[in-house]
Amino acid sequence: MYDIKALYEAESIPDAVRLLQEHPEAQIIAGGSDVLVQIREGKRAGAELVSIYGIDEMRGVCLDGEGAIRIGSLTSFSHIAASPVIREHIPVLGEAVSLVGGPQIRNIGTIGGNTCNGVTSADSASTLFAWDAEVELTGPEGIRRIPIREFYIRAGKVDLKPAELQTAILIPKKAYEGYHGNYIKYAMREAMDIANLGCSVNVSLTGDKKTIRDVRIAYGVAGPIPMRAETAEKTARGREVNPETVKAFARAVLEDIHPRDSWRAAKAFREHIAVEMAKRALTTSITLAGGEIRE
Amino acid sequence: MYAGKSVKRVDALDKVTGRTRYTDDLCDRSAYIARILHSTIANGRVVSIDTSEAEKVPGVVKILTCFDLKEKHYFPTAGHPWSTDPAHQDVADRLVLTERVRFYGDDIAAVVAEDEVAAAQALRLIHVEYEEYPFVLDVQKAMEDGAPLLHEEYPNNILKHTQIRNGDYEKAIQEPGLIRVEGWYETPVVQHCHIENFICYAEMEGDRIHVVSSTQIPHIVRRIVGQALGIEWGRVRVVKPYIGGGFGNKQDILYEPLCAWLCMQIGGHLVKLDVPREETFVCNRTRHSIRNHIISWVRPDGTYAARKLESFSDQGAYASHGHSICAKGAGAFPQLYPCDNVEVDAYTVFTNKPVAGAMRGYGIPQAMWAVESHTEDVAAAIGADPLEFRRRNLMPVGYKDDFSKNENYSDSFNQCLDKAMKAIDYERKVKEYEHQTGDVRRGIGMAVFWYNTAVWPISLESSSCRMVLNQDGSFQLQIGETEIGQGADTAFAQMAADVVGVPMEKVHVVSCQDTDVTPFGTSAYASRQTYVAGFSIRQTGLLLKERILDYAHLLTRMPVFNLDIEDGNIVRTTDGRKLMTLAELATEALYSLTDSRHITAESTYQIKSNAYSFGCTIAEVEVDIPMCKARLLNVVNCHDAGKLINPALAEAQVHGGMSMGIGFGLTEKLIFDEKTGRPLNNNLLDYKLSTFLDHPRLMAEFVENPEPTSAFGTKSLGEPPACSVAPAIRNAIFHATGVAVNNAPADAHNLFRAFTEAGLIHDER
Repeated sequence: MYDIKALYEAESIPDAVRLLQEHPEAQIIAGGSDVLVQIREGKRAGAELVSIYGIDEMRGVCLDGEGAIRIGSLTSFSHIAASPVIREHIPVLGEAVSLVGGPQIRNIGTIGGNTCNGVTSADSASTLFAWDAEVELTGPEGIRRIPIREFYIRAGKVDLKPAELQTAILIPKKAYEGYHGNYIKYAMREAMDIANLGCSVNVSLTGDKKTIRDVRIAYGVAGPIPMRAETAEKTARGREVNPETVKAFARAVLEDIHPRDSWRAAKAFREHIAVEMAKRALTTSITLAGGEIRE
Repeated sequence: MYAGKSVKRVDALDKVTGRTRYTDDLCDRSAYIARILHSTIANGRVVSIDTSEAEKVPGVVKILTCFDLKEKHYFPTAGHPWSTDPAHQDVADRLVLTERVRFYGDDIAAVVAEDEVAAAQALRLIHVEYEEYPFVLDVQKAMEDGAPLLHEEYPNNILKHTQIRNGDYEKAIQEPGLIRVEGWYETPVVQHCHIENFICYAEMEGDRIHVVSSTQIPHIVRRIVGQALGIEWGRVRVVKPYIGGGFGNKQDILYEPLCAWLCMQIGGHLVKLDVPREETFVCNRTRHSIRNHIISWVRPDGTYAARKLESFSDQGAYASHGHSICAKGAGAFPQLYPCDNVEVDAYTVFTNKPVAGAMRGYGIPQAMWAVESHTEDVAAAIGADPLEFRRRNLMPVGYKDDFSKNENYSDSFNQCLDKAMKAIDYERKVKEYEHQTGDVRRGIGMAVFWYNTAVWPISLESSSCRMVLNQDGSFQLQIGETEIGQGADTAFAQMAADVVGVPMEKVHVVSCQDTDVTPFGTSAYASRQTYVAGFSIRQTGLLLKERILDYAHLLTRMPVFNLDIEDGNIVRTTDGRKLMTLAELATEALYSLTDSRHITAESTYQIKSNAYSFGCTIAEVEVDIPMCKARLLNVVNCHDAGKLINPALAEAQVHGGMSMGIGFGLTEKLIFDEKTGRPLNNNLLDYKLSTFLDHPRLMAEFVENPEPTSAFGTKSLGEPPACSVAPAIRNAIFHATGVAVNNAPADAHNLFRAFTEAGLIHDER
């Protein structure tokens, strides 16, 4: 039995906006895999809820007119992993969301919910950061699109204006074309776990596969919100594909990240793992891109 | 014959179709909901509780606090048989609600409401004022002079200290040329994590209290509810339906007394107390964290000259099963690797932590973590092969323990090791993994375990059974020993069918125990049930058969000694002729106008024996050193549990125990905030119970040496599978990396520390 004051079910995006305007205190609920847990814990007990779960127009993955990958915010993790568009253009996102919780959570949990929670450990978020994703927000003023890096404000807080909801996540064509990536989730067990650290890397190599044309790396749990490690990116961009580059790149992440010291994991431990993850994720990304790291 | 065959579980169909009804399914929807308010300090006293705001919540029926407890009936909680000798009774240190708080999570008040939401809202609105005392979380710090004292009656917080002195340790260590090996080995606080949280409900019928509980031990619950309420035990009726696991947590009285007391405070209305998972972790029972210190003096030829064990067991805040757990491990120490000169000191110590009680293995997983880690260290120190070193020093065939009278009848250890080695291809792998370098390395390690069966001669061992013949020749079997998911009912039906001589489907096991109806028994613990129930089932089955054949004589005029029951028929043994079916006999017996009889049998068997039950684990790991991860690649357990009644169920039992051992070795630990004593990870996300994906295929092997003391040749298998897995994993990691992880679990945090200390990983800067 959940302590819910009222539940309003939206039938369409405009209907959701209207309901949110009518009930300014209401909390949006999609799959409920986080919201219901919080209600049970007492954190949101007695909440009014606007359910957007029935808005089918917010589901599905496709390529839009400009070639961007458009993921409806209500698309479940299982559907993202199974999507032919994701598998062809950005398989790493499918791999990343397949590491969320267990099968039941991946069936009910949505990518919109995963990002709107504003938590640093979200398995989809570091990959979306690493691929320069944008979020589409729909509200009373209409639709706006912002980079996901601007969407996250602080731990637990995202840039959702009153009566606004996230309706899609987009990955522009220039952000994915020619890139290959890898995501490593570091957790204490192989399933049903939250990341102690998540690392998503992708690279674009030059035609001869000998030089890193571009590289992007993002972390979850290396700070209060998902983050890019820009020093590391700069360190490796334009450099030759070789072990020294990989090592320098990995070491440079320590300039960017600031993981917490907590009972979940010590800072020194997280830093050590972060470097190792960067090394491995870059190595795998280079291999996927057709490059070879020769000693 | 059914014993020895992998027949289908008697409850399989109901369980796979979801038809089985558990406590919550049985509770009427009119029940009021009880929730407990737990202390938010680790040590101190409740000064006042303000419930005025909470009482205004619509749907709140009553709020009761520790100050409402007018009659203080202190009660023990351990699910032990009662002792009529006061010196051997369990420590009675609990009240249903307490003013004196001894751990973060102690029970200080309760809300009774019409539904869960009202109860939860009211809980959040209760304001408590405390007088705080300093607290202590570390077992050895708790023993220091001046440490915060939990119970006045126990100076230095020592609940009990026991000693073993064999030979002359001090003299023995003077022998020239000895190699001294010393180590500290510690296991963490872990929890059972049965799927069904503890739940019970209570209502009054007349002046009696009726409690339905998810428990392993209904007859013991009845006694303790009586003690806790200060009422005659006959006024208490306890019913135990199917339960979703217990693993020893439910071998303790948890909240049955509180639920019954709340029910009586509100006029006997039905009250349900369904404990949330977060509270199950903290406010039920845990496994004792035990810190063991071992010193061994070894001769260069690989024999022991002298050994010493100091064992510090963290009891948490209340006595529960108390020293029995630590004492069991300490008692195993001189037996597993016999040595002429042994000193053991075992301490059970109160700390301001959740209460530790029984958990699968009852002290032996902790002891084996220490002993088998140390055995590996000793072998390494003297340059011996760990397998040969064990073979040389393990308890020999013919070893007899004077206290329990247990005897090692068979060469179980060597047979189990041989079989496990073959299953996992040990010889090849141990060579292949020598001299590895690089970031990712593999290793293979082993551990053996000591276990026994049942609790004789420490406590009462008895089992009572009743069989009631039906008109169709089938019969009900009632017994005090409980089905807790392990398949006990199936094993009982197999044994009963064999003894009486009927097809198994003619045995209707009454799974539910009802203390008003079920014969007395102390139920599921100590891996005792198949062993002890075997005696009473055999005795009662023979009694039933005697009565049936007596009536068969009346109907057939044939002498009883020429009659038998085979496959549900009365058979003349001299020529094998089937004289009548048991159904024909049973119908005639009940409805006969000349000699009507209701054929039943009931008897109690007091068991005055116990049995060793030994085995081993071999584990193979892959260690990713930079990532601080050990992954289990293969694992095998081999057990000598005597003759198996149901091999498929035995295998399932071993799988479950191995799974617990994997979590114990690699990921599980309950942790506490040093500043407040607050538990930090009391939920199934942050407490890292291992999942299917953390398990390789679990291999279960058996050696079947029939146990000569047993009614069916069987002995314990419930707890043994959890005893040796963790140290085998630890030894495999040691084999792979040369790094000894002495504090369980070998999780990423501990491996990071250990690998850093060993210089295997470096600061990247």
